[in-house]
Amino acid sequence: MSGQAFVDQLKKAFADGVVGANLEALDPWVEVTPEALIDVCRYLKNDAKLRFDMLNCITVVDYLETDPKKAAKAEFEPHLEVVYHLWSVPNKVSLVLKVKLPRWQNDEEGQLPELASVAGVWRTADWHEREVYDLSGVNFVGHPNLRRILCPEDWVGHPLRKDYEMPLEYHGIRGR
Amino acid sequence: MATQTGTAFADDPRIIEYDVRTDEMLINMGPQHPSTHGVLRLVLRTDGEIVSEAVPHIGYLHRCAEKIGENLAPRQFVPYTDRMDYLAGMNMNLGWALAVEKLMNLEIPEKAKHLRVIIAEMNRIASHLVGMGTYGLDLGSFSPFLYAFREREKILDLFEEACGARLTYSYLTVGGATHDLPATWLEKCEAFLDQLLPVITEYHTLLTTNAIFVRRAANIGVMSAATAIDFGCTGPVLRGSGVDQDLRRDGEQWYTEMYDGYAFEVIVEKDGHYPKDHEYPAIPKTAVLGDCWHRFYVRMLEVIQSIDLVRQAIDRYRTATGSHCVPVKLNQKLPKGEAYLETECPKGQMGFFIVSRGEAIPWRVRARSSCFSNLSVTHELCRGCLLADVPAIVGSLDIVMGEIDR
Repeated sequence: MSGQAFVDQLKKAFADGVVGANLEALDPWVEVTPEALIDVCRYLKNDAKLRFDMLNCITVVDYLETDPKKAAKAEFEPHLEVVYHLWSVPNKVSLVLKVKLPRWQNDEEGQLPELASVAGVWRTADWHEREVYDLSGVNFVGHPNLRRILCPEDWVGHPLRKDYEMPLEYHGIRGR
Repeated sequence: MATQTGTAFADDPRIIEYDVRTDEMLINMGPQHPSTHGVLRLVLRTDGEIVSEAVPHIGYLHRCAEKIGENLAPRQFVPYTDRMDYLAGMNMNLGWALAVEKLMNLEIPEKAKHLRVIIAEMNRIASHLVGMGTYGLDLGSFSPFLYAFREREKILDLFEEACGARLTYSYLTVGGATHDLPATWLEKCEAFLDQLLPVITEYHTLLTTNAIFVRRAANIGVMSAATAIDFGCTGPVLRGSGVDQDLRRDGEQWYTEMYDGYAFEVIVEKDGHYPKDHEYPAIPKTAVLGDCWHRFYVRMLEVIQSIDLVRQAIDRYRTATGSHCVPVKLNQKLPKGEAYLETECPKGQMGFFIVSRGEAIPWRVRARSSCFSNLSVTHELCRGCLLADVPAIVGSLDIVMGEIDR
């Protein structure tokens, strides 16, 4: 199936759920709304032809320019981008899904943005979402066990956020 | 006969056992335990000898390499990839270098490609040897471990001669490799391969067909293909469950072009046989597809496959044209865009994701660890198994904590 035909099929199935696509990129991607994410994922996995049965990776890219000089020229509004790399074992084809989220829920600093968990679709997502929550601060709603996984449970903050600051001290260990 | 549900009578000697309460017990395995392959902590919920829950706790080696990557040029990040899977540093270097080359649309010379195949496959052998040796150790057989390390040592010597390092190489880098192979290196490498092949047959007699080993590994920790895919398992763990996937054949053009024209078969069971397994021990009757034995056997056969690939690569390297690298400046600006590339590393599919906004330093770096996904299946495999089988199952996944924690 050609890329355009695939995007058309997806748009037909999810109308407003699919908000963008770039088929020219190195890894062609499709952007969906946070509300449509879980349904799109189920569709991609269960469709008899597409069969994206493996979730390779979940990444969050934090778009925030912390340098005030560069911030004026930045070509984006601050936001988070959740990137899902999918793979179809029978078809040997990959796909990139993107979801844009606000950096903080309701613009209240400290309130993690919410996104539906796909742990019920691919079980890989269980640990990957925990890692994303831990390091990038996204609250996956419906996740069976959303705890920190790499950092200690009492760690403060989410290190892969661009405005994260290293703690000066952690249990008597000097930070810098 | 007293029934199990009835109350025990103190005067009946046969049922005195019913008075012994067997409460559930939480057992901490690790983080310092020889059979957890690094600092992995497993919390086991056991009822007598039966494990009902196995929860891995990870993060003891976490260094947030991804954050470090956001502050360094791609070539400066290469040494950090060494420290992910430190048993296969070359393969990590290669994965990162290819992802960056994909982003930069950088074509590397013919000679560098074949050099990379030689080095990457040699490191695969080294990694599988450690996997094999330590697995024997997990199951209580000490000597294969020593033999495996003896052979691995020779590979490390070869690597030392090529790049000066024995563990953290940073040899394969963006644009090719840091140095060309030294004179007479190829001959030494060939001599090593010649003597390795018969040794592998000895290992088969030591472990693969060893009755005790088969009893400990066959039909233990059986994982169906569907479960393996669902949990994102890759590499020998996935192929051990009978899924025909190897990125050296199925991956992206950026990676597979290295192996263009090479003759090799994906090591996966088809109709009860592995490719070329008639030359090697038969599958024991007790083994079930997807069990620990099959995962182990896939690795053993991949060693043979890699020997074959290195030989082919040496032939091509000898006649290849071009240099071992194309120069890439440290402050060279990366094109705007994103690139994700997975490569077939010894332990599974390692992916690197790099996002650039047009500067010399990437905006975001992500390392997708194969062992991370492979380990997440532990609970599924260990549920209901015997306590003594936990090391057998975890060992068969062949994990390295440096890669899981990054």
